[in-house]
Amino acid sequence: MKQGSRFWAWLVFGVGTTYFILPLLATFEFSLRKRRGEYSFDAYRSVFEDPNFQTTFTYSVVVAIFTILLGVLLVVPTAYWIRLRLPNLRPVVEFITLLPLVIPAIVIVFGYIRMFGSNSTLPFLATARGTDVLLVIGYAVLALPYMYRAVDTGLRTIDVRTLTEAAQILGAGWTTIIARIILPNVLIAVLSGAFLSFAIVIGEFTMASLLNRPAFGPYLQNIGANSAYEPSALAIISFAITWGCMSLIQILSRFAPKSANRPN
Amino acid sequence: MADSTMPQTASVSPRAPEISRLRLPLHWLGVAPFFVFALLFLILPTVGLIAGAFKNAAGDYTFENIIALSQPKLAAAYLVSIQISVVSAVLGALIGLAMAVAVVRGGLPSWLRSATLTFSGVASNFAGVPLAFSFIATLGRLGVATILLRDIFGINIYSLGFSIFSFWGLVLTYLYFQIPLMIVIITPAVDGLKKEWGEAAATLGATNWQYWRMVVIPVLWPSFLGTTVLLFANAFGAVATAYALTGPSLNIVPIQLFAQIRGDVLYNPNLGYALALGMIVITGLANLFYILFQRRAERWLK
Amino acid sequence: MADPFLSIQHVRKSFGATTVVEDFSLDVEPGEFVSFLGPSGCGKTTVLRMVAGFEEPSAGKIVVAGKDITRLKPNQRNVGMVFQAYALFPNLTVAQNIAFGLKVAGMPKADADRRVAEMLDIIKLPQMGDRYPYQLSGGQQQRIALARAIAPKPKLLLLDEPLSALDAKVRVSLREEIRSIQKKLGITTIFVTHDQEEALSISDRIAVMYGGKAEQVGTPFEIYNRPATKFVANFVGTLNVLEGTVTDAASGMVRVNSQEVALKGKLNGSKSGDTLSLALRPEAISLGRQPGRDSSLAGEISEVHFLGSVIRVRVGIGGSTVSLDTFNSPATPPPAVGEKAEISFASSDMLVLH
Ligand SMILES: Nc1ncnc2c1ncn2[C@@H]1O[C@H](COP(=O)(O)OP(=O)(O)OP(=O)(O)O)[C@@H](O)[C@H]1O
Ligand SMILES: [Mg+2]
Repeated sequence: MKQGSRFWAWLVFGVGTTYFILPLLATFEFSLRKRRGEYSFDAYRSVFEDPNFQTTFTYSVVVAIFTILLGVLLVVPTAYWIRLRLPNLRPVVEFITLLPLVIPAIVIVFGYIRMFGSNSTLPFLATARGTDVLLVIGYAVLALPYMYRAVDTGLRTIDVRTLTEAAQILGAGWTTIIARIILPNVLIAVLSGAFLSFAIVIGEFTMASLLNRPAFGPYLQNIGANSAYEPSALAIISFAITWGCMSLIQILSRFAPKSANRPN
Repeated sequence: MADSTMPQTASVSPRAPEISRLRLPLHWLGVAPFFVFALLFLILPTVGLIAGAFKNAAGDYTFENIIALSQPKLAAAYLVSIQISVVSAVLGALIGLAMAVAVVRGGLPSWLRSATLTFSGVASNFAGVPLAFSFIATLGRLGVATILLRDIFGINIYSLGFSIFSFWGLVLTYLYFQIPLMIVIITPAVDGLKKEWGEAAATLGATNWQYWRMVVIPVLWPSFLGTTVLLFANAFGAVATAYALTGPSLNIVPIQLFAQIRGDVLYNPNLGYALALGMIVITGLANLFYILFQRRAERWLK
Repeated sequence: MADPFLSIQHVRKSFGATTVVEDFSLDVEPGEFVSFLGPSGCGKTTVLRMVAGFEEPSAGKIVVAGKDITRLKPNQRNVGMVFQAYALFPNLTVAQNIAFGLKVAGMPKADADRRVAEMLDIIKLPQMGDRYPYQLSGGQQQRIALARAIAPKPKLLLLDEPLSALDAKVRVSLREEIRSIQKKLGITTIFVTHDQEEALSISDRIAVMYGGKAEQVGTPFEIYNRPATKFVANFVGTLNVLEGTVTDAASGMVRVNSQEVALKGKLNGSKSGDTLSLALRPEAISLGRQPGRDSSLAGEISEVHFLGSVIRVRVGIGGSTVSLDTFNSPATPPPAVGEKAEISFASSDMLVLH
């Protein structure tokens, strides 16, 4: 009986693994075939030397960084305040943070285009810089569920209330409390949320494309339409970036404070 | 949750009581930025779209746009979208569950479990354009697997009717993020299956299959259903993968909407809003069911 | 004597290189209630799981009612099992949980319903049939688990620390309930526990286990009063241990703190000059001379604890301290710390620990 179930487990696992590994291997192999008759990293070289790659990738990294900053500024004080002062509001806030999972990104950006046009009261789309800002905002919305959950979990493990009261007794002001006490303690959670945001944002296509921004996602799509081997190289690079972000989160989670004052 | 059970510790600040009356609005100031942000950049844009779906070009309220969604091309788009999402969600859920059970309960070495979970975390976020590239490189007309199958096994999948740009090609590609997402979400539920349940069932004379039929499947069922509808919503809203794989030609809702936003291909902006509303309704319902099922599942797995 | 109902014969179990159970043998009479008592990790659960069929013995065999079941699958053994963590099926109601074994055995629904009602009566939860496990307290859940285990009328009932997860009050009342149900149904039962009071109070016999072996098997009376090994003596009950030196092996004279005590016939094999550990239960000692207590030692009272009906007194004798209990009597004042005192005991109650 045990023998049998283990056989099935291995079989399922083997088939699944094949499905997941094969495309990666195939893509990698394909990306090495640019030079006729031998394997080479020519496709990667041509990608990295492409000025469009450099500008779009840089653009997306900058947008990602601003997204993360906006996300942190928005989420950390809110999650903290909800834990400390307004626990009744928690369901509302949680519901709102989950909305971006319910409303597809394409619908959100459609709403932006409709609402923030050049002759609206908030004409983000009138200028390129304004559109950049709107893209950052849109990405912060996309990342909101992940950011909020990461930070809230982080806060839960450190017993915000006790720490805060301790700080108040010692005469600390609010900015000091957040900057010196809360942030360092949730830093790991914030970083996890940040890396996840980065992974989501760096190759995002829909919003960037519909807002006409020169981001990495639209660049990828464009390359896919126009060349043979570079897309594979880019897929491998993208996978490596996602993998890197996730591994960093894993590594961080090992440093996270495990012991909560209360179980939960 | 823990907070509600926590004793309401008296405020430490020894300030005069009248200040505490001023507290109430101050309380709210702490969360004001968040609510303003959510209102401006999440709720109002969406509500605006929804309202637009019920207006005509002149701004009068109407159901025309909703009714117009039934025109053949759009109805077909919804149908194909739903089909792709259902098939990829159900297959993804079944295969994901099988893998989760294999890894958690199948007696495999424990490092495989953490490796699988880590990989699933990566793969469930590896959607979009690069994923499409990978599958074209693998199963495209000149893809590595296509050539291998043809040259070594003599199977020409393209002459058998397969194409990576077809319905099943899209499903196969979507599974690459659907299965891992299922694994990530369902693993805690599978972990919740206690070993003692199986042993209790065995001592009571049940066969393995009876145990699965009477206990395991019913216990996992709410989580399974809930996650399946979540996968459905996940596939339904996916634009980039489909767009990069098939271009604007595939008639599914997100791609129709994409084309509409780009260039008003429907020649009626309000019809575009109705198209978006349809997406919100479908993914909204899916998430509602997810929450309901999840709640039921948690009750048992406490 | 009747043939044993359950016979565990020279069973051994190894996980890889470590041997967890070694040469374990035990015969259990029909209807008997036997407890496995021992410290954590001594292999109690492992033996039980071999009887249930979840582990295969590395050697030896297990016979039930004359039939070798060593290689039988768990679902063909017809044993009932109760787990520490209740292990009720969360998706089934109480009644459905109890009916589970009946259903898989193909019992007609009407019969099964009747049996379930009967079971609910036995465990005194007749109104609970429609509840779900998460709506019950731990004690109630464990009673349901017991009902579920005995509903299909198993030949053997195995309980693995069924009371450990419950609070002290429930633990006492439920153990008595388990015992009375077991007696009423006459079901042969093995009960695993690491709580000696539990084992002593409800068992017909106790197997004290240590390091994968049965150190001693006997009635609670024997285990407590005549521990066969030092481990059993220390593990079960409270002991006062005194160091003694054999002065005259032939006549059984031992010197404790420069006072002579006669231990006739207890020194088997010790030579003069050997050092011995001598042990006394608190209740075998009295303060002052008492009829029937032939030996005595002098010391000084070092502590007095008034516990209500009982006064616990500690008496220093040389380097060691001896605890004993005396009943409180309103007429006489309790002993005071620092007083000289003499303790007396029957030399036959003195245990010599080897
Ligand atoms: N599957 C297994 N693989 C390896 N070692 C095991 C396994 N099961 C039990 N052991 C080891 O066997 C020893 C005895 O375990 P067992 O569970 O029988 O102890 P126990 O007497 O029931 O203890 P407790 O009172 O803590 O339940 C322990 O040291 C345990 O680590
Ligand atoms: Mg045990």
